[in-house]
Amino acid sequence: MTELLLSFRLAFLVTAILLVLATPLAYWLAFSKFRAKFLVEAIVALPLILPPTVLGFYLLVAMGPRGPFGKLWLALFGHTLAFTFTGLVIASVFYSLPFCVQPLVASFERIDPKLLAASRVLGANSWRTFRTIILPLSVPGVITALVLTFAHTIGEFGVVLMVGGNLPGTTRTVSISIYDHVQSIEYAEANQLALTLLAISFVLLVLVYGLNRRVGVRWLTN
Amino acid sequence: MVDELTPSELRVRARLSRGAFQLDVDFSVPPGITILFGPSGAGKSTLLDCIAGLVVPNDGEISIGAKELYSSQRAINFAPQQRQLGYLFQSAALFPHLTAKQNIEYGIAHFSPADRNIVLVELLRLFRIETLASRKPAELSGGEAQRVALARALVTNPKALLLDEPLSGLDAELKSSIIADLRAWNAAHQIPILYVTHDRPEVDALGERVITLDKGQIVQQGIPREVLDAPRKESLALASGFENILEGIVREIRLEDGIMRVALNGSASIEVPLGHNKPGDPVRIAIRAGDILLALERPKGLSARNILQGTIQSLEQRSVTIICKVAAGANFEVHVTLSAARALSLRAGSQIWLVLKTYSCHLVS
Repeated sequence: MTELLLSFRLAFLVTAILLVLATPLAYWLAFSKFRAKFLVEAIVALPLILPPTVLGFYLLVAMGPRGPFGKLWLALFGHTLAFTFTGLVIASVFYSLPFCVQPLVASFERIDPKLLAASRVLGANSWRTFRTIILPLSVPGVITALVLTFAHTIGEFGVVLMVGGNLPGTTRTVSISIYDHVQSIEYAEANQLALTLLAISFVLLVLVYGLNRRVGVRWLTN
Repeated sequence: MVDELTPSELRVRARLSRGAFQLDVDFSVPPGITILFGPSGAGKSTLLDCIAGLVVPNDGEISIGAKELYSSQRAINFAPQQRQLGYLFQSAALFPHLTAKQNIEYGIAHFSPADRNIVLVELLRLFRIETLASRKPAELSGGEAQRVALARALVTNPKALLLDEPLSGLDAELKSSIIADLRAWNAAHQIPILYVTHDRPEVDALGERVITLDKGQIVQQGIPREVLDAPRKESLALASGFENILEGIVREIRLEDGIMRVALNGSASIEVPLGHNKPGDPVRIAIRAGDILLALERPKGLSARNILQGTIQSLEQRSVTIICKVAAGANFEVHVTLSAARALSLRAGSQIWLVLKTYSCHLVS
């Protein structure tokens, strides 16, 4: 069960961090008139098509004692990031970024520009317009983003293996653990974990769809 | 200082180019309703967006009274939220997740609850929307939504009001009652109101001043009857309800009589008011279908100078009007009442005489 708890702890943390990071990024992608915006869009979408091992490999190199980021971390905290839980969180944030950003961008862009113009003309600055108009009208998109990020982080395998390795209690997530059990022909244990994960995922989705029924999770369905 | 004499006049000089489209205007709007009229694509909405600060012109100045909102020369450009303007969109653009009351209060969120209530109660009463306060926009009819949107735009006590075809799609009765309420509000506030429309009856109903815009340029300014009954551009003539736009060549100029003779493309020629033309110039003449008389026999002893013989090509009934297409050297559209058509027993193929006053023929470019 430690693997399961570890996976959930990872997924909660990554979802929370991404909500804070992805919202301003999505706002910028949806509303900025910056010409080279497509470059940023491409970078954000990269983890969608890149093999997890490729992403994991470069993250590992960056976090290792010779990588720029790893060196800095080593100087600050006395240890490297590779094969630690913190390293895993950072890697997962990169890996799940598009799953959080894209539904947010889609729902921000769907808002009638006249509503935003009306809000501004009525004296509201960008922050108030975001808080009182954009965000309330994007609730379905926000929920979709959270669910996708959470589910995607729970399910990741390649990046975890590359960056985190397989240390019990630190970096051995539930998907790694299931793989381990299957390798050791412990099908009963593998099944127990897999079934629990399946049940929890299903309950989570049922809750989200149920709560969101009136507004509809449009991004998932179209 | 001019500013002190006309404290709340809206003055606009703006130039903006966007691809092939060029906006280049210079005008002022005194307190009261001024109509901005023109065909679609003339740049009316873009102009309102410039005034509101949603679009920044390439250069110009925009001011209300002594307050400058935009000046390219002095690098002044207030954000839309700092301009203190009211802007009503064609789509009402009510915030769908808020009630009518919350929508109206949006612009005065910084007021104390007591002050907010005073303003709100007055506007709800004035625009007759007290009973709608707790409804969401989805539960409002088109007219109700525009009343709420108008109250929302006025709640901030704007220094000027911009209306972008706010009443298109509403029936005439609803339109005139909303306009009357807006006038009542402005009787007390006296702010410049710029009202965009491409609907001729709306211009007649509002009618204090009109500015006509075509292809980003101001074509004419003045009172509606003067401007729209003598349009100088073909696109405006069509938009202001001139069904006949005829092409012809100037044949003869009679300076002393103030008229010229124009040969239409076809066999007929007509007498029209004098323009800045020479013999041989191609001209276009706009004539309202309702300004042409029909006669069964060649009329005698009339002051009207243009009498043309023709054949009725087709007749079509639209509500209580008969639309009659006549070939008389050129193709004319003539509108007559149902009873007139019955009295003359008009039918396709019959011979008919067209009678046109010289001053019903308007030269357009």
